[in-house]
Amino acid sequence: MTPRKKRRLYLFAACAIGVGSATALSLTALSSTLTYFLSPREVLAKNPAPGMSFRLGGIVQVGTVATTVVGGTPTTHFDVTDGQASIPVTFSGVLPDLFREGQGVVAIGSMTSSNTFSADEVLAKHGASYMPKDVEQALQNAGKWNPKFGPPPAASTWNTLQVKSSSS
Amino acid sequence: MNENVLAPSAVPAGGASWLHRYANPGRFLRLARPCLPWLAGFSLILTVTGLIWGYYFAPADWEQGDAARIMYVHVPAAWVAMAGYAALAVASFFSLIWRHPLADIAAEEIGPVGAGFTFVCLVSGALWGKPMWGAYWVWDARLTSVLVLFFLYLGHIALIRAFDNPQHGHRAAAILALVGAVNLPIIVFSVQWWNTLHQGNTISISGGSKIYITMLYPLLISSLGFYLTFITLVVARMSASIMEKKTRNLLLAAAERS
Repeated sequence: MTPRKKRRLYLFAACAIGVGSATALSLTALSSTLTYFLSPREVLAKNPAPGMSFRLGGIVQVGTVATTVVGGTPTTHFDVTDGQASIPVTFSGVLPDLFREGQGVVAIGSMTSSNTFSADEVLAKHGASYMPKDVEQALQNAGKWNPKFGPPPAASTWNTLQVKSSSS
Repeated sequence: MNENVLAPSAVPAGGASWLHRYANPGRFLRLARPCLPWLAGFSLILTVTGLIWGYYFAPADWEQGDAARIMYVHVPAAWVAMAGYAALAVASFFSLIWRHPLADIAAEEIGPVGAGFTFVCLVSGALWGKPMWGAYWVWDARLTSVLVLFFLYLGHIALIRAFDNPQHGHRAAAILALVGAVNLPIIVFSVQWWNTLHQGNTISISGGSKIYITMLYPLLISSLGFYLTFITLVVARMSASIMEKKTRNLLLAAAERS
């Protein structure tokens, strides 16, 4: 390697370390803004002022969903939990198709003075597990997994599961 | 002549003659042209097989139903978009340190193809997001970092062609590509470092994947097809670019003689 190329290589290495650490530091500093939503525990710790808009994310707590229809518009009450804390949410409007108990959701809105979260919009956050319906049923029947209580075990334990038909 | 085209000794240091500088692209051309029909054929067969398998024969998802089939396009496009940028960064590295002419051509030709795959990833993701999440677009870390990747590609495409002296363009664009490479780990780890609406990783090389085998096979075949399509397009563009340069040089030489 010629001295000129060696010098360019050292210069490149120095720049790479500089750019890399600058990015790492910025990302660490901006971590709270890069997060798309706050979990109920973080919300309770930060205690945002009523009316201040933010995104609340978590799991729809099992057994808390109640829908009432007033004047043709459904209003749904449910609790969003992260397993440690939970916050009651009120939403008027049509929920996404994937909304169910145990489903991850991100609600956009603000706290009201009565310590409930009033959502203007509810987005569904689906899991990262892909399997046919009958495999899911077989896992549930075998007591290995219930979609209401978290993600399934690793695929290696159910990829060999015998199902009647795996085509739709 | 050294057989290893990437070895620094294969490119004479500084003040290289025109002949020496273009010897390696010439060798690339001789290797690439007979491979191209094969590459194109395999890309087409694998992509079509993967997509037909995924869209007609693979089972619907338990949670998302038929909408999950978008993954047979979205996931391969995302993987190729990132691998393409990694290739762009490697080409830029050789272009910057060794001033390798073939690396310059590779960097110039990877950009538009990579941008195309990133665009497919963004559009298919939006079409997937609307029915499942309830929104075409959200500003979470994963989506935003992929949008940044798209803009890096566009910036690179513009910068590498922005100078009258192509050497200056290659240098500036190589620096942009290498600085932008910090975005790649951000895309990959965004779903682990921060809360995102985008779901976490399904496929894990170290085990613990969360996809049923009859859905995994079409996904992998489709991905292989997308990777080969990317390679085919880049090799074809590089060959065309080299032939264009050779033609221009021949025409220039002919014009000077007359």
